[in-house]
Amino acid sequence: MHPFTLERPRDLSTALALGAQAGRTDATAEYIAGGTDMVQLLQEYVRRPDRLVSLSGLLDNRIDIGAQGLRLGAAATMAEVAAHTAVAEQFPVISEALLNSASPQVRNQATMGGNLLQRTRCPYFRDVGYSACNKREPGSGCAAIGGENRWHAVLGTSENCIAAHASDLAVALVALDAAIEIHSASGQRTVPLADLYRLPDSTPHMETVLEPGEVIAAISVPASPVARRSHYLKVRDRASFEFALVSAAVALEMDGPRIRQARIALGGVGAKPWRVPRVEAALAGADLNPSTLRGAAALAAESAQGRGGNNFKVQLMQRAIVRGVEIAGART
Amino acid sequence: MSTVISPAAAQDGFSMPAPLQVMLRVNGTEHRLSLDPRTTLLDALREHLHLTGSKKGCGLGQCGACTVLLDGKRVKSCLSLAALVEGREITTIEGLAQGEELHPLQAAFIDRDAFQCGYCTSGQIMAGVACINEGHAGSPQEIRDWMSGNLCRCGAYDHIVAAIQDAARATRSVQRG
Repeated sequence: MHPFTLERPRDLSTALALGAQAGRTDATAEYIAGGTDMVQLLQEYVRRPDRLVSLSGLLDNRIDIGAQGLRLGAAATMAEVAAHTAVAEQFPVISEALLNSASPQVRNQATMGGNLLQRTRCPYFRDVGYSACNKREPGSGCAAIGGENRWHAVLGTSENCIAAHASDLAVALVALDAAIEIHSASGQRTVPLADLYRLPDSTPHMETVLEPGEVIAAISVPASPVARRSHYLKVRDRASFEFALVSAAVALEMDGPRIRQARIALGGVGAKPWRVPRVEAALAGADLNPSTLRGAAALAAESAQGRGGNNFKVQLMQRAIVRGVEIAGART
Repeated sequence: MSTVISPAAAQDGFSMPAPLQVMLRVNGTEHRLSLDPRTTLLDALREHLHLTGSKKGCGLGQCGACTVLLDGKRVKSCLSLAALVEGREITTIEGLAQGEELHPLQAAFIDRDAFQCGYCTSGQIMAGVACINEGHAGSPQEIRDWMSGNLCRCGAYDHIVAAIQDAARATRSVQRG
């Protein structure tokens, strides 16, 4: 690891005043919470901040469910949220996304806020032995374009970066229109989770809209008739402890045999968690007939661009949508 | 006082960061250490407390050889900075036996011959103890799923699963009295 000073503030206002920033290659100070991603990045010299600011003990880990919906304190661990019976009952897509993420150990350590801010698993980003990575070193190029890109995104990419977003949780939350509560020294603001993430465009080294001194303090998921009949389908190379090649978070409100409304987000295929509004619109009023579902799912692929190794994802994500809708639709 | 410069630090042209005073509570004993902020919990255990039962496999959270319990929950000690777990209750493989009496899962690993080279074993046992305590050892399939954070490159998985099943049964029968 590059040498850093480690700040262990006693209260949140001190931590915020220290002005660290997440998801930015040019940040010289970063926050650390559960540490499961940050320590990997430090060990591999992918991140070399001069200063780390610990958020340990400064944010709450409460899990509250009420008529308004669900609120998750940013310090709640993945395991705590996954094990919460009311979350599993009323927001199954969230529990399923968490239980299918990482390993039991990491789920005991990693927090909600940190999960949303984990960096991409692009092997070129993670290996400083490769010089070309615009996300790690702006202007250096993209080794994944024309390289090994089986794991990479097909939606929302640019000629500068084709990295896929890695969080399963974020995909489930984006499907449910979650918002994040951001705290800073000057107050707080609420942002839809979908808007937290920037697309790479010409600045893949700027991943989020968080400013220096801003931290995610909580996640809110509005109550919705689609939340209960929801499912997280994850397709991956191993049955456990593996990132998604393709995933689909599906939430449905049914009207007898017909879909009244659908919310669908995809993982493993986008530069950020990827909502598919055209698919959702095509499914409104539709039945669960396989050919109807296939026709709707095809709309997800319209702007998809394979880069060789990941061409298979364009088909696979459509099939994941179909199967995810079938499974969610069969739930009572 | 001599100044130690690590190769990486020297290469970067930076001197060592100031050490932090850290209190670690390991297997019921408090230790006061002066640590470089970069010290992981695993390195603090192995290099500073000489508790070398926890193993360093990958150092990146992938293999599970470094698994310890933090406040009773299994974690990968290579992914925690030691200074950020100050004061929390850490249990390592060295703290599992009661004197000369092995923990039931340690005994089951011997009975089932659940290892070859042994490098992953302490991590497997710590994760297995947690797996049983969490109630995730009901079937071989469930054990495999909940033990997926621990790799064994010798491939002793069948015996590891059997050992965890044995210990889970023993634990349940003790609980029933």
